[in-house]
Amino acid sequence: MVTNVTNLGRSGLYDWIVQRFSAVILAAYSLCILASFVMNPDMNFEQWSSIFENNAMRFFSIITLLALCAHAWIGMWTISTDYMTSLQLGSSATFFRIMFQAGCVLLIAVYLLWGIQIFWGN
Amino acid sequence: MCRFEAIRVDGSANLIGQRDGQTVNDNRPKNLDITTFKYPLPAITSLLHRLSGAFIFVGVALMLYLLELSLESETGFALVQELLDNVIVKFAAWAVLSGLLYHLIAGIKHLIMDLGYGETLQGGFIGACITLALSAVAIITAGVWIW
Repeated sequence: MVTNVTNLGRSGLYDWIVQRFSAVILAAYSLCILASFVMNPDMNFEQWSSIFENNAMRFFSIITLLALCAHAWIGMWTISTDYMTSLQLGSSATFFRIMFQAGCVLLIAVYLLWGIQIFWGN
Repeated sequence: MCRFEAIRVDGSANLIGQRDGQTVNDNRPKNLDITTFKYPLPAITSLLHRLSGAFIFVGVALMLYLLELSLESETGFALVQELLDNVIVKFAAWAVLSGLLYHLIAGIKHLIMDLGYGETLQGGFIGACITLALSAVAIITAGVWIW
């Protein structure tokens, strides 16, 4: 049996459920941030930074960051395996797809570490 | 004689037909070339969902940068406000926000369909229309709010 080595959970079903759980977390966080903008359009620095200094919000932010990493990887993996195949790119498809996926992993790693610095560093 | 038994989302189909007097069930995919597909409205909204996803994946860099700067200090916060007065930054922020809003609305539609609602041909079309209409309203509202 050939197993896929690049998708997140080595199983389509696992990726499917992770994509949906992470989507709900990302949606909840996005709506919270948007709601804070709408309810408080003229926030000053103290009000804005106090939102992110709250410990519950820190947890929520980090969990959302982790959800973003998983969600982005599954999404970009799906896109790359659908559109960067030998049908579109010929015999060098695997090379380009792996390079593209490596770039995605690098960007996700940067987002993760940068995000932790922002949410937990201060 | 051949007839299409079932057409999968990728455009391939099971062919059941007669060959040399015997029933043949040909299970092989027939067409995997996405450049030759027809694109109905639900396919376009699905494609936009992917495009917006890839776009906001890159856009996260801008959001994290502005967030970091705004939380750094009073000066950083003022600098973000100043940056957002710039037309290019304003447009970039609106573009990323638009991508996010579309991806969010199309994603909610996706989850509703996962629960089994609107899975018919007509339901898919109505869902796609609602997704586009709500996104248009949200994106225009975001634009008005930013400017």
